[in-house]
Amino acid sequence: MTTNRQSAATRETYGRTLLTMAEEHPDIVVLGGDLNVSTFVHLWRDQYPDRFFDFGPAEQNIVGVAAGLAAAGKIPFVSTFSVFGTGRPYDQLRVLVSQPSLNVKLICTHAGILTGEDGMSAHSIEDLSLMCALPSFSVVTPADAPETEQVIRSAATMQGPLYVRLPRAATPVVHTDGYRFRMGEGEVMREGSDVSIIACGSLVAPALDAAESLSGQGIQARVINLHTLAPADEPAIIAAAHETGAIVTAEEHYVHGGLGSIVAGVVARNQPVPVEMVALHGYTGSGPANELMAKNGLTAHGVEQAALRAIKRKR
Amino acid sequence: MAVVTQPMLTVEEMRAAALESRREILKMIFDAGSGHTGGSLSEIDILISLYFGVLRYDPGAPDWPERDRFVLSKGHASPGFYVTLARAGYFPASELSSYRKTDGLLQGHAHPITPGVEMNSGSLGMGLSFALGHALAARLDGRNYRVFALLGDGECQEGEVWEAAMSAAHHGADNLTAIIDRNRIQNDRFTDEVMTLEPLADRWRDFGWNVISCDGHEHADVLHALSEATDGGPTVIIADTVKGKGVSFMENNPGFHGRAPTADEYEAALKELA
Repeated sequence: MTTNRQSAATRETYGRTLLTMAEEHPDIVVLGGDLNVSTFVHLWRDQYPDRFFDFGPAEQNIVGVAAGLAAAGKIPFVSTFSVFGTGRPYDQLRVLVSQPSLNVKLICTHAGILTGEDGMSAHSIEDLSLMCALPSFSVVTPADAPETEQVIRSAATMQGPLYVRLPRAATPVVHTDGYRFRMGEGEVMREGSDVSIIACGSLVAPALDAAESLSGQGIQARVINLHTLAPADEPAIIAAAHETGAIVTAEEHYVHGGLGSIVAGVVARNQPVPVEMVALHGYTGSGPANELMAKNGLTAHGVEQAALRAIKRKR
Repeated sequence: MAVVTQPMLTVEEMRAAALESRREILKMIFDAGSGHTGGSLSEIDILISLYFGVLRYDPGAPDWPERDRFVLSKGHASPGFYVTLARAGYFPASELSSYRKTDGLLQGHAHPITPGVEMNSGSLGMGLSFALGHALAARLDGRNYRVFALLGDGECQEGEVWEAAMSAAHHGADNLTAIIDRNRIQNDRFTDEVMTLEPLADRWRDFGWNVISCDGHEHADVLHALSEATDGGPTVIIADTVKGKGVSFMENNPGFHGRAPTADEYEAALKELA
């Protein structure tokens, strides 16, 4: 079953939220790479042209300049597509941002496979792995628009490098207005004792739907929105392993190096229990986003089946 | 309010400082058993000219917001940088012995844990972008500091250098000066053999930069070029230098890009630098 929810484009939420922060945070500057309408920072560009710099599609330079601005006390927000913002300037992110731990905010859109028809070169399925491998970066995958707004507000006040992963498509809203995001603290969205579903980003809504369906079969699934992958909320993961005895991870990312790998590492080190991973197992081609998600099992049904497998593996 | 306390040397004093610095560079690299000799010897006269003739800074307050910024993009040539920073008063000369040592202050490639070092380095092509960030921040903050970046000539084979060059001109970074240590040798061999750089001056000019050439070992010439660089920018100074300058058997010898001298070579070099 699928719950009816409103949808909203988190990248638009990003652009609009940033705009509201300009007066409160005079040190924020925004850097773009010729994708400013798509990333919604054109709103900032048009209103604060003196605090906006376009560099064209030259991502190495964008990150290098952002590092210099951060070293001079600015709060640079860098925005482009996820495939271009992470892989292309990876060495600059490593040497100029991560190693000296500079205050650069890399907010990328068009992440995952929800870019659909643009095909595999546009599908960012390695970005979480890349960014979680940089020691000083915080890495956040908001689930919906309300969470995105809170993440962006936190970005301006937290110190240090931050990567935020947003999709192109509008995604279901799973939070109410009163929701309060806490960096590094997983959000238990539903309690349960038979299995834990740990999801992030676009898989949070399918995880909630899967839990609802499982409930109809007498299985109580805990659902955790692990929005922050780095630093990961180890206590929440260990508690899930300890208290429910089986775990499913669900992410719109390659199976290696993302949420599943991080959770499995924590579980293996602390409280070994079965872990099933709902994730991509390789590249996928062009097609409508919902078809690609279904083809790769990134659905409520896929999560539900994984939960049943995990429970079956319990000792 | 911080005070600018660096000594300003005469050209004669700079020559003496450079000679002593060359001995210190070799000692650091010999003691460490590894390090980049050739490029440290080619850049040292440029660094002495900058730190004792041009830059505004306060070694007691390395983060002084009004300081001029110097970015060593060719971060492997850190020994030349470190002896200059020590001479400028950022840390005691005794610290030079910590170069490349575990828990030492002086990393193999320059890193901002060292007082006076602005940027982490060791991967080529990044310094001009980073310097542009500081240059744009000066404009945003209404400060009038200048920003200098020292690049290797082989480093200009990195694409990011030209991304940065294009954007610095586009964004009118007139407080930004790039200096190229044009010693004509890179890691493997002569730059002309690896990848043609000429016409280097024309290439920078085509990217919208003012171009000045100078003899990178004549302090008066370097100082003159640096003073000319204040008139609208961005400006690049192509400083003709000799890799391994000062030691006959290291000069123009690609073998000394990235290795330490042996004991015999070290002794022979010191005699030449007496």
